[in-house]
Amino acid sequence: MTLPVFMFYLLAAVILLFSVLTIASRRMLRSAVYLLFVLIGTSGLYFLLDYQFLAGVQITLYAGGIVVLIIFSILLTSHISHKFKRPAAWKLWMGLTVLVFGSGTALWVLLLHPFSKNPAVKDVPVDMHLIGNQLLGMGKNGYVLPFELISVLLLAAMVAAIIVAKKEKK
Amino acid sequence: MIQGLSIYHFLVVSTLMFFIGIAGFIIRQNLITILLSVELILNSVAINFLVFNRFLYPDQLQGHFFSLFIIGIAAAEASVAIALIINIYRRIHNINADNVNEMKF
Repeated sequence: MTLPVFMFYLLAAVILLFSVLTIASRRMLRSAVYLLFVLIGTSGLYFLLDYQFLAGVQITLYAGGIVVLIIFSILLTSHISHKFKRPAAWKLWMGLTVLVFGSGTALWVLLLHPFSKNPAVKDVPVDMHLIGNQLLGMGKNGYVLPFELISVLLLAAMVAAIIVAKKEKK
Repeated sequence: MIQGLSIYHFLVVSTLMFFIGIAGFIIRQNLITILLSVELILNSVAINFLVFNRFLYPDQLQGHFFSLFIIGIAAAEASVAIALIINIYRRIHNINADNVNEMKF
């Protein structure tokens, strides 16, 4: 077993274990911390796939930004020591049924489907020059339009978040 | 290409993560833990895009950019959702999804 294969199994085990713990833990702060481990494991998978830039974005934005935001909101809305009641049995069974049958169906279809790569397609190394040129390019393989759209979306989300969370005037 | 790993290895992980997220979405009642499940779902989809890009079309960067945009949209969605949750908490002092059944002012 080579090192990448070993790392893949380790990361997969970490990701699956902590995703189950995220939805199963009855303390909310622990759920958020388990989600942090899932996201860091995912960025490990991105490193394994040779997308270093996206792995860095994943760590800074997801693990650094979103999880901290979620932890702040947990601290604002509930006690640290608060422990949830067990979920209702019918809800638990419904969730587990969806988990088993959904993943069973999806995996069945997926493992029977032959993914074939066009052999003429060559690997290109992903470096920062290529990413920058394509992200702001307007020709073929250019992504400047979605880039601008998402900047408008982020501005709108920022304004909306401030207005919604702001205290009303008496 | 990574020696010894096929596309199926990665897709099995992301599929299981996706359905764990959906199960959490159904089982949990607290709005913030529902948000955590949504983050799991978005994350698994981003893994899928990257894996298809790396294994099937490694000459382009489409999956890479779509994952980047998914991460950006997840950040926007989380910030707006948390603002809404804090506003709901101010009104009814509770963020249980069962108690948020009237959305009017």
